[in-house]
Amino acid sequence: MVFTRGGRAVHALDRIGFEVADGAFVAIVGPSGCGKSTLLKLVAGLRQPTKGRITLYGRPVQGPRADVGIVFQSPVLLPWRTVIGNVMLPIDVLGLDRPSHRTKARELLALVGLAGFEEAYPQELSGGMQQRAAIARALVYDAPLLMMDEPFGALDAMTREQMNLEVQRIWSASGKTVVFITHSIPEAVFLADRIVVMSPRPGRVLSIIDNAAPRPRGLDDMSLPEFNRLVREIRQLLGSQGEAGGPH
Amino acid sequence: MSELPPREGGKIHRAISRARLPVLVLCLVLGIWEGLIRGLEVPGYVVPAPSAVAQAFFAGVFSGAYFPDLAITTLETVVGFALGSLIGLAIGIAIVVFPACERIVYPYVVAIQTIPKVAIAPLMVVWFGFGMTSKVIVVALVALFPVLVNAIAGLKAVDQDRLDLLGALSATRWQVFRYLRFPNALPFIFAGLNTAIVLSVIGAIVGEFVGSNKGIGFRILQANYQLDIAGAFALFAVLSILGVTLHAILRFVERRTVFWTAAQETHRP
Repeated sequence: MVFTRGGRAVHALDRIGFEVADGAFVAIVGPSGCGKSTLLKLVAGLRQPTKGRITLYGRPVQGPRADVGIVFQSPVLLPWRTVIGNVMLPIDVLGLDRPSHRTKARELLALVGLAGFEEAYPQELSGGMQQRAAIARALVYDAPLLMMDEPFGALDAMTREQMNLEVQRIWSASGKTVVFITHSIPEAVFLADRIVVMSPRPGRVLSIIDNAAPRPRGLDDMSLPEFNRLVREIRQLLGSQGEAGGPH
Repeated sequence: MSELPPREGGKIHRAISRARLPVLVLCLVLGIWEGLIRGLEVPGYVVPAPSAVAQAFFAGVFSGAYFPDLAITTLETVVGFALGSLIGLAIGIAIVVFPACERIVYPYVVAIQTIPKVAIAPLMVVWFGFGMTSKVIVVALVALFPVLVNAIAGLKAVDQDRLDLLGALSATRWQVFRYLRFPNALPFIFAGLNTAIVLSVIGAIVGEFVGSNKGIGFRILQANYQLDIAGAFALFAVLSILGVTLHAILRFVERRTVFWTAAQETHRP
């Protein structure tokens, strides 16, 4: 994998090479078990590779790093902290200035549509709201790269579409580079500028497809011919590998 | 009724309707008991009638005779419980933070735990005297184990996802403990404390049985020697009230401290 930042290109994860432009939205799509989540955990420094080396922004990944914000498959909110307390958790752990980041946490909660829920506890929120709080938490410490690992897999289809619109809005408002992992082809095409299609195990990059559709994209855009052409193209790529990508 | 009852009133009403059946059963049992004692003319020094127990109980309460002994037993229970819980918690934390401790310390803790406290209590009297200290130590030994076992379980039962969340932020071991392991363990620790507080009352009585000249345990022995069985039963009731009260106080603190598990309970039907 190759990430570019400030014009420098760096090779990461051997033989899986792709570029992520600064501020771009990249989706990684592939069938379950192709190593998408492992890739994320390697890049985030949560797991060590058995072989090879990972580099990100010109530095080898030797352990967890504060320039990557992560949104996990489940919200992973701590039930004993309020919503804003959960968003502030990275600030407490990283030892950053609390008062200024508290203001920022409030702004981010407003950005993800949770204004007024600052003092609520996570168990009082719906699944979609919990995942929004998790996104605010990943944004609060201003990491330039946001990695999202199938963040909406547990949500129903309608909430999921709404969340995709939200993610697009949050991404354009925050200016972050986003790497979004999903096994839903339409979700990947809808959200991303660039779609990395991965094969089933052993995970390799099958193809990198650019989606130049204008933004902001609406849910109706999913019925445009160009959208469907991309979805079909990716499904055929995955289908030729002996496993369908699934309808969603 | 066209109006809804106020919330508090509804709460009290629910509590009364819930208590109705147990109270009814109690009255029935006491009635049969009283009837059998009178009908079969069972002597009071074998089994006392409930009326005789009630008489002894209220005599003890209104003469104030229970209170000096109750104060001593309560103090032994609470101080021993606090001491034992703190030591249990400290050992539990040490075992989880330094895994070597688990191999070195834990087997001995279990070994000591298997010795009945009744067997150790006389030794404590020899070492620490006839006064409160020996009872406090027996109580502490009893209270320690449930807190220790639950603390270890709670400190270890942490979701991998939550560990990853803190791991991604390069959290130190201390931060993982402070922000994750310890709050995560609190519901477990309270489960241990709830067991420990009830056992603590037993520990205090065991201590007093072995050697003392004060406390509810001492009064029970005295009543037994004097064949004042109704008086002994009344003292059992005093102990029950002590245990239930301490347990209720702890539950109150628990609901305030680990509110997030209570919130989950209310979601259940």
